[in-house]
Amino acid sequence: MKDAPGTRDYDWWLLAILTTICALGVIEIYSATHGSSLAGMHWKQVRWLAIGFILMFALSRLDYHLILDQAPLLYLLSIAALLAVLAVGHTRFGAKRWINVPGLGELLQVSELVKLVIIIALARFFAEVRTDELALRDLIKAGLIVGFPLVLILKQPDLGTALVLMPLLAVGAFLAGLKWQHAAVFSLAGILLVGAVFYPPVSRRILKPYQRERITSFLHPEEDAKGSGYQLLQSKIAVGSGGFWGKGFGNGTQNQLGYIPVRYSDFIMSAWAEEQGFKGVLLALGLYMALLLRLVQNAQRAKDRAGMFLVMGVAAALGFHVLVNVAMVIGAMPVTGIPLPLMSYGGSATLFVFLAIGLVMNVRLRRFVN
Amino acid sequence: VSYWFGNDNRLPQARLAIASYIIVGMIGVLLLGFWKLQVIDSDKYATLAERNRVREIPVIAPRGRMLDRDGRVLVDNRPAFSVLLLRDDMAQVERHLGAISDGLGIPLGDLKEQLSTSKDLPKFQPIIIKPDASPADIAYIESHRNDIPVLEMISVSRRRYLPDSFLSHAVGYVGEVSEQQIEDSNGKLRPGDFAGKSGLERQYNDILMGTDGKRRVVVNSIGKEVSPLPAQAAIPGKQIQLSIDYDLQLVAEQSLGARPGAVVALDPRSGEVLAMVSHPAVDPNDFAVRISAEEWKRLNEDPEKPLLNRSIQAQLAPGSVFKIVTATAMLEDHVPPESFTTFCPGYASFFGRQYHCWVYYDKKGKKSHGVTNLHEAILQSCDVFFYNVGLRLGIDRLAYYASHFGIGHKTGIDLPSEEPGLMPSPGWVERALHRKWYQGEVISVATGQGAVTATPLQLARMIGGIASGGIFMQPHMLKDAANIGVDRFPISERTVEKITDAMYGVVNEPGGTGGQLRLAGIELSGKSGTAQVIGYDTLARIHKQKKFDDNAWFVGYAPRRNPEIVVSCLVQESGKHGGEAAGPVVRDVIKAYYDKKNKKEGQYTAETRPPAARTKAVSTVATAPRVPRVALKKQETLPAATARPVLEQER
Repeated sequence: MKDAPGTRDYDWWLLAILTTICALGVIEIYSATHGSSLAGMHWKQVRWLAIGFILMFALSRLDYHLILDQAPLLYLLSIAALLAVLAVGHTRFGAKRWINVPGLGELLQVSELVKLVIIIALARFFAEVRTDELALRDLIKAGLIVGFPLVLILKQPDLGTALVLMPLLAVGAFLAGLKWQHAAVFSLAGILLVGAVFYPPVSRRILKPYQRERITSFLHPEEDAKGSGYQLLQSKIAVGSGGFWGKGFGNGTQNQLGYIPVRYSDFIMSAWAEEQGFKGVLLALGLYMALLLRLVQNAQRAKDRAGMFLVMGVAAALGFHVLVNVAMVIGAMPVTGIPLPLMSYGGSATLFVFLAIGLVMNVRLRRFVN
Repeated sequence: VSYWFGNDNRLPQARLAIASYIIVGMIGVLLLGFWKLQVIDSDKYATLAERNRVREIPVIAPRGRMLDRDGRVLVDNRPAFSVLLLRDDMAQVERHLGAISDGLGIPLGDLKEQLSTSKDLPKFQPIIIKPDASPADIAYIESHRNDIPVLEMISVSRRRYLPDSFLSHAVGYVGEVSEQQIEDSNGKLRPGDFAGKSGLERQYNDILMGTDGKRRVVVNSIGKEVSPLPAQAAIPGKQIQLSIDYDLQLVAEQSLGARPGAVVALDPRSGEVLAMVSHPAVDPNDFAVRISAEEWKRLNEDPEKPLLNRSIQAQLAPGSVFKIVTATAMLEDHVPPESFTTFCPGYASFFGRQYHCWVYYDKKGKKSHGVTNLHEAILQSCDVFFYNVGLRLGIDRLAYYASHFGIGHKTGIDLPSEEPGLMPSPGWVERALHRKWYQGEVISVATGQGAVTATPLQLARMIGGIASGGIFMQPHMLKDAANIGVDRFPISERTVEKITDAMYGVVNEPGGTGGQLRLAGIELSGKSGTAQVIGYDTLARIHKQKKFDDNAWFVGYAPRRNPEIVVSCLVQESGKHGGEAAGPVVRDVIKAYYDKKNKKEGQYTAETRPPAARTKAVSTVATAPRVPRVALKKQETLPAATARPVLEQER
């Protein structure tokens, strides 16, 4: 290897931001679960974070060019894994998303790893496109790269993860020189698709009943007082009742009495906002903004386009997660099952974020080396 | 490492910059969303969060008691349990609806209806699905606490009235508030609350009804109670002391017995009502819980009208009692002069039509009163004399006096739904019937027939007032009430003397229609009345049937001037004359009054003992007897059979 990056080349600012967000998450997981049957969950999360840090450092040592080299293989492997999930996967909460990894004893959500592979595959593809402007042909190719796994993930069904793949494609194409005309056409198509999802005669054909129910309860929360409309309403009540200063650590009634659904995971921002108030939200969202801007800065300083695409793929995935999750918490989007990166409890999701940050570190470590 | 990617370091810096702006914009928009929820609408969501976590269970305030004038309890409360349905979690409610219906014996349809009528209430507010839980219900709820968490019991107090419909019309009853009452109460009443529906319960509802409190508990998202919050104590209602005398009321109830009719006893000096009876009656204890719609309809359509308080709502021809009005008018206006006499052959002819005197149909076969003056005419209740007086007085004078004596006007008693009766006049005939006044009509009116109607209460007030020289006190039900209305219509001393003399004679002189009522040592005076339900002549034409029997009246008082007590009695369709049918009731009540006044213990019972009062049986909803599966911890005390003195600790 030509390069020998030292420890001072790590992005310590990024790590500091990352660690602070994780700490907020652990605190809130503790607050949300300490008095309940889920007590001790924050230690499990700490364990996942520890594993995440180790994996991140490990991945950062491996030159990302080497990883990009293996992109086609990784891509084929993940398609195979997705097919395996559909065939022998473990069903939980009505969807086949998990497979048992022998030895680990934990259930792994394959689609989380697939996200990572798509980031790598797209970075490789766009890096190979040498033109300043992205031709329609290349755009369609990129679409197909994303399209196959997307269909397989939708089959599980896991709308949330499938949705995350879209911004990867969008951001990649944008940076690869997407033409404004194409952008306009595809935005229009996207709007039409979203419109169709909300339009009952069409959505009846393309969405699962539970997904349709989520859409309806998002549009008419009062008609579904105990379903996902209830979840959104309770989340809004939690956030709103927190006020500017918050109810204080461990004092959120919506949180402590269990009115917030999955308050330690998807709706952790709701619990945080109730107990810490707007000032706490300012802190948390400020940290996320700093994290994302730091990623963009790393992309700007990348040694080559391939590195830039990798970092921005990670930024797109994390940014989209934050947007969709937080918008759901304040009732501005339907329930999609997308967790808040780094704060929500969850093994696979946490590992994905750390591996993704590991790729970013990888690119940063090699920015001066030629 | 393969260098398939070349060394392409041309980065799209402009587009990366755009990406950072997008990130800042995205975070900014999200923060705006939080600002709206947490700063602008914060209060609204704080309220919603509070409603989420706090469940309010009502603590029902006991209603105030009703005491008689001596402080004996006439109406009080008994402890009971109401079954509440907690509606925070509708999915749970619907899941258990079938089991609740079976377990508590409430038809499923009724439950669903109750749920739908209360669907606009806040979810955290439970509804009462069974106001009076039986021991079996209590056992059912206790034993299913874990599998049916949506049921809850609250201890409430239910009204306990004296048995045998004692004083039932005056007291009234309570019931679940109607939608109208809820609207009129400015938010004070809620569905499922109990309020007075009739009688004193309704009149003094605001005093009797306390303010319900609340028990507040913190509940978690699955409806389990977590911890209590400071409760709001219930403020009990205030008690009221009635002017009713339990002893006199008892005598009046017994003496009237099973016959349909009414008794009102007044103290004319103050207007205090001492007794008020109306038969037939329903037992208000049957109303104390919930009455079904069919039962209610049946009672309303019952031809015997058990819900009617006859003492203030029966508007009937007063018959010969009205002759006191005619006589007073004659003496006051000297038309005809005091010396006026008539010959009564048993009938008289006016305007080509024959008018009979009651004596013509008398069973003793006397057929005639002979020559009578005013005193004799009142004693014997001669119709022919008063036909002639009425004709000479004219309807205007008669209406003037009757109206000032209260005929056609409500007395203003503190009871709801009093009726005014009617004093006909040419003006009224034109207004109501759109025809001219017939001159002959005054002949009937002068003897209390025709269109003139009055209530038993009005007649008691009128006779008491005339015997007091023209001071008419407003009748009222509360003891020592302030601001009692009084109508003064001064009658000359001479007239009062003449009239009271005659009424004393009715009982105490030979030939009087109330001769059999004489009481030693008591100046019982009065006037009988026998009002035809239909005219004598029509009655003679069609065959005599029970249902056309006369209404018997007697209004008596003592002593003969400035009376202490006046009693008016109506016995409907008795087929007997007023003095025979109604007179003994009046005598019994007045005798009891004097016995009590003279401290004769144990004497306060009616001497006439007709069959015991009939009480209309009312079957209430869900009274099907069920054997309790578990014995209750405390045996419920049996309702007291009679009024009892207030215990010291109850005061």
